[in-house]
Amino acid sequence: MNRPGAAATGATEPLLSVRDLEVVFSARGRADVRAVDGVSFDVRAGQVMALVGESGSGKSVTSLAVTGLLPARGVRVGGQALLRGRDLLTMGRRELDGLRGSEVAMVFQDPMTSLNPVIPVGLQITEVLRRHTDLSRAAAKERAVELLGRVGIPDPRRRVGEYPHQLSGGMRQRVMIAVALACDPALLIADEPTTALDVTIQAQVIELLASLVREQNTAMLLITHDLGVVAGVCDEVTVMYSGRVVERAERRELFARPRHRYTSGLLASVPRLDGDRGARLVPIPGTPRDVVPWSTACAFAPRCPVADDACASGDLALVADGPAHVHRCVHPAGDPTATATSATSTSTTPPTTTTGATS
Amino acid sequence: MSVIPGALEQPASHPGASAAGGPAGDPLLSVRGLEVHYPGRGGLLGRGGAPVRAVDGVDLDVARGTTLGLVGESGCGKSTLGRAILRLTEPTAGSVIFDGTDVTGLRREPLRLLRRRMQMVFQDPMASLDPRQSVQSLLVEPLVAHGLAGGRGEREARVRELLDLVGLPGSASGKYPHEFSGGQRQRLGIARALAVEPDLVVADEPVSALDVSVQAQVVNLLEDLQERLGLTYLVIAHDLAVVRHIADAVVVMYLGTVVERAEGEDLYTAPAHPYTIALMSAIPVPDPVVEDARERIILRGDLPSPAAPPSGCRFHTRCPYRQPTRCDTEVPALREVSPGHVVACHFAEQVASGAITPS
Repeated sequence: MNRPGAAATGATEPLLSVRDLEVVFSARGRADVRAVDGVSFDVRAGQVMALVGESGSGKSVTSLAVTGLLPARGVRVGGQALLRGRDLLTMGRRELDGLRGSEVAMVFQDPMTSLNPVIPVGLQITEVLRRHTDLSRAAAKERAVELLGRVGIPDPRRRVGEYPHQLSGGMRQRVMIAVALACDPALLIADEPTTALDVTIQAQVIELLASLVREQNTAMLLITHDLGVVAGVCDEVTVMYSGRVVERAERRELFARPRHRYTSGLLASVPRLDGDRGARLVPIPGTPRDVVPWSTACAFAPRCPVADDACASGDLALVADGPAHVHRCVHPAGDPTATATSATSTSTTPPTTTTGATS
Repeated sequence: MSVIPGALEQPASHPGASAAGGPAGDPLLSVRGLEVHYPGRGGLLGRGGAPVRAVDGVDLDVARGTTLGLVGESGCGKSTLGRAILRLTEPTAGSVIFDGTDVTGLRREPLRLLRRRMQMVFQDPMASLDPRQSVQSLLVEPLVAHGLAGGRGEREARVRELLDLVGLPGSASGKYPHEFSGGQRQRLGIARALAVEPDLVVADEPVSALDVSVQAQVVNLLEDLQERLGLTYLVIAHDLAVVRHIADAVVVMYLGTVVERAEGEDLYTAPAHPYTIALMSAIPVPDPVVEDARERIILRGDLPSPAAPPSGCRFHTRCPYRQPTRCDTEVPALREVSPGHVVACHFAEQVASGAITPS
């Protein structure tokens, strides 16, 4: 459909540029919570940027801030989120409403809470179409049937009149995706789109999203905690911890050569279907709650096996490490030529000062 | 369910039935022909209609001191089976032999006494721990219920001992559940289950609600406790990678029945049932090199309704290896394809040899 910026958007020009995003929650009588703290990343057309982190990392708050879905009260948002040069963070309500659903679409984890339970699914799609396009009622309905078919819902002409509760979880998530695709969005933000689904259904949905990015040249921001999903579909990965970006690299590079100790620790702690079954898992000690403020030290230091005094300096900078690979670690993991397994296994050994010299 | 010709020795209660778990030896738990059917909810008054066959004829054995993994997707009946074994849900048919005693026939008081030896760990520790009870009170409660409490000093010593066992500091005893992180709460859930010194622990999705970096801690804890206390585990999980790590044998369920059962690594190196094969191929591995090379089998459609399971093999409606004969008419029996490896598929050998390829 209409892609006004398509011609102007070169291969390297990002569709969405998030710069120094900050989100601070404040409540009377409590200390402010800095949920997102100077986060920057780009999402390009036809590519998937994965935002990875655990609870409290700020990954979901980032997506809500970018789409203007945070509550107005008690939240301060700073920085920029430029969609083709227009800042989504300073945009007026009306302008933003015009963009959401058409140029920017979202898919959330739980389709049961995102879909309206008392409206047939077809109507939830035509609603979007009627708002953002000048399609007639009949044409919009035809398009809804077509969209349901495209996301792999069998017998779409019958399903169009059904209510969300009549569909399975996987089907509901497909309906959510169909709603999101209704106006051919340039940017799709998917927040844990498969987390509530079973693995066989997850595989179907991931396949669907990936084919969309390929065929429609959509830019996708994929927010997930699942490293397996990330390994399969994305182009670039941004790893967040306690509100900041701790590492970013191209997909293969990140898994083969994780540098930040959080990334390498995470990769080492996950049991794998193809790993050594008898080997004891190497957990990251502590919990994501055990953080120190970034202003005083590396927030991961309390859980890090190699943290020392050098990690206790405030506002550690992102360090470039090869082309398109940045991290925020004082004692980065691994040897530049190491493979994924040996790089991650070194997370329990003392820091190698030679490779830490870049900081 | 079907009777397997040439089955090994069986408990007298269910002669001729086949065992899906454990090479017997000395099973602590033997389940035979277990069924849990819920009344149907169709019809004008929400009654009548076909019963939901949540668990429909399951046999399994868990050998003393070992771990049996029970895997399958939502709706396969694995959690209902776990609850029925402890009679938290009443089975509608079949037997559950725990250390020589049929649990299904027990009246209230003898069941209560036996339950001391069979405990459960739940998925969401926040939902299973009373938020208004202190840790001390949470851990003493099961002791009181089973008349093991003793004097004040004895109780306090036992609470400290339990906290120490699960790796929590003694100072935790005065705190409340909300003061802990997810991983610590799951440790409390485990401590509470272990308070009465059970022989069997049924753990239903013990790590799936936890952050990735914390899951490995709890998996390691469960393994340590098994070694120290000689526990027998039935671990119910959807995550095959976690189960592979922790279980000595694995049972795969689909739509209320067992489709495959294997020892150790067999299920992972040579999955024999088409459903298991598809499930394995759908699980993402956190390694781009593996992900880029793999051929994923995408299953068609969704899980059929357990109120109206498909005829013949229950998986035939989604099976990529489906054959024109037998699959939709003849219920496949569980049969041994290699020592300790049983499969309910008419064409397991042809699927394994490559004579039948997925469509």
